[in-house]
Amino acid sequence: MLKIRNLKVSLEEEEKQILKGVDLTVEAGKVHAIMGPNGSGKSTLSYVLSGRDGYEVTDGSATLLDKDLLDMEPEERAASGLFLAFQYPVEIPGVGNMTFLRTAVNGQRKARGEEEMSAADFLKEVRAKAKILKIDADMLKRPVNVGFSGGEKKRNEILQMAMLEPKMCILDETDSGLDVDAMKLVAQGVNALRDEGRAFLVITHYQRLLDHIKPDVVHIMADGRIVKTGGPELALEVENNGYADILSEVM
Amino acid sequence: MALAQTKVTATQARLDAMSLPKIGWSSGARADAQTRVAAMGLPVRRDEYWKYTRPDELTSPNVKSAKASVQDNASIFGSLGCLSIVFEDGVFNAEKSDKLEGTDISLELLSEVNDLDIHWALSLYGALETKGQTPVDRPLAALNTAYAREGLLMHVKGTVAKPISLVYLQNSDNDDVMLHHVIKLDKGASATILESGPAGARCNIVMETEIEDGASLNHVRAQGRNHERRAATHLFARLNQESQFKSFTLTMNGALTRNEAFVEICGDDSVAHIAGASVGNGEFHHDDTVFIKHDALRGESRQVFKKVLRNGATGVFQGKILVKPGAQKTDGYQISQSLLLDDDSQFLAKPELEIYADDVVCSHGSTSGAIDEEAIFYLNTRGIPKLEATNLLTLAFLAEALSEVEDEDIAEVMERRLEDWLTRRL
Repeated sequence: MLKIRNLKVSLEEEEKQILKGVDLTVEAGKVHAIMGPNGSGKSTLSYVLSGRDGYEVTDGSATLLDKDLLDMEPEERAASGLFLAFQYPVEIPGVGNMTFLRTAVNGQRKARGEEEMSAADFLKEVRAKAKILKIDADMLKRPVNVGFSGGEKKRNEILQMAMLEPKMCILDETDSGLDVDAMKLVAQGVNALRDEGRAFLVITHYQRLLDHIKPDVVHIMADGRIVKTGGPELALEVENNGYADILSEVM
Repeated sequence: MALAQTKVTATQARLDAMSLPKIGWSSGARADAQTRVAAMGLPVRRDEYWKYTRPDELTSPNVKSAKASVQDNASIFGSLGCLSIVFEDGVFNAEKSDKLEGTDISLELLSEVNDLDIHWALSLYGALETKGQTPVDRPLAALNTAYAREGLLMHVKGTVAKPISLVYLQNSDNDDVMLHHVIKLDKGASATILESGPAGARCNIVMETEIEDGASLNHVRAQGRNHERRAATHLFARLNQESQFKSFTLTMNGALTRNEAFVEICGDDSVAHIAGASVGNGEFHHDDTVFIKHDALRGESRQVFKKVLRNGATGVFQGKILVKPGAQKTDGYQISQSLLLDDDSQFLAKPELEIYADDVVCSHGSTSGAIDEEAIFYLNTRGIPKLEATNLLTLAFLAEALSEVEDEDIAEVMERRLEDWLTRRL
């Protein structure tokens, strides 16, 4: 699904290298987790993959279903099946959540040469999916993320994911700012989307999210590289001992 | 203070190029207005009130030509079941208009009643304009009072549901159009008046409205999209007790537009909202100059103006709330904002509050900003391309002003027109 080879990335404005050769392969149907200390490059990786400005790829490659991701505009990446759930979802005053969702769904369909979704079908689907995430009609009507609580914003991200049905989902610290109940709700939403044709890359600091979204593979990222890869037990090790042991072992 | 000689000369040159209708009920008001213009002089750049907008092209005897466009003459409010009154290059066109009749409303043309000895509009024609000359001169409005030969005289006596739509067509590239409308709403009456179209290469349109106790007037205007047209408009409104006046203007394109509004709240518990959304690209100079005078208890006023500017376009806002002594419990609100889509465009704002009562709430704000790149990226990652994302955010920016249009059908027409503009221009 997602193949990243020796990816090296610098900040455009200051010649500071952030990713120093990331190698990562995520297969369809799998959930991969990336953990790592602050400043290790986890969020940068998610931004570079989704096409944010301000980063310069100096070496390496990233492909989604064998298509070169780095050569595409952010919206083309989205239409190709990439989705990033933001750590800090953006508030957009004046744009209704429904209008936003519908424009996004139909924008992607159009880009893929598919027929646009009718207003009635869209409404039916969005209501059903919102119900699972306990998103009420009011939240659907309000401007995108404006005045939403931390939990509501993250649930809204998952609703977008559910509506857009991407193939490769990247969750950037989706657990940050969530209480236990909200986290369970978000995890439920994610788990409902797990299937053979879809893969997840879950970026997190903490094991606790991985209690609810069970990963197949866990990577540890440090100083711009994946330094260790293992099974779910690796996350527990981090939770119990912190990063120091692992880092001193590999570096 | 004596006028500068250059101003006197320029004003005289303009007056000499026109002639007054000498007979009829309005002749006194016209002669007075002519005297006012001569005394004030037509505006020049050095006048404080014209600091941000060059008045030359609005005052010169000669009109700069503006190519008439078929597209701009397309009907916009046609789907709303209005009573249409069509002026073509400033002249009433009976064939294209509906019959000027309706229940609880009288509709007459200035050109047709001008020669009469007496008319109900006598007490209003030029009267509200005259009151609007204090504390700031509005010479172009006085000029209009003196010389306009066409316009609508509308007297509303009850609830009129059907919107009255004034359609300004432009067929000539060089016409200088003057229209003067007088609107009177009797006690408890209500009506909606719409204006649309370019009117002429240059136009000077005045609307005087007297709103009696408990009456309510909605005014929605979509100005011409002709890129080369120039317009000076004045809206004068006097609100009596428990009355309401809501005005919204959509401006797209136009080389030069100066929209002035002078609203006087002189009856208690009245509400005045003046709002506008304008979008301009390139050769576009748009000026909203609003003056709201609170002279009664518990008056509420809102000024909401939003401008989207691109490619060197200029937006101006001069808005004032004046609260007279004794106008307690006034609630005044004023916001002017611009969205600058590049570094070449500019927004000039001069918000003013002048308050002489001690128990009032007045707030004002003015901002200009660029499009939110964070939001664009967010929309992009959801599969919405840059252009569409920009349009979405632009419409969102204008939403507060658009929401001032209460009638949903009219609001939809406005929104579609904006979407259309965005798709073509951005």
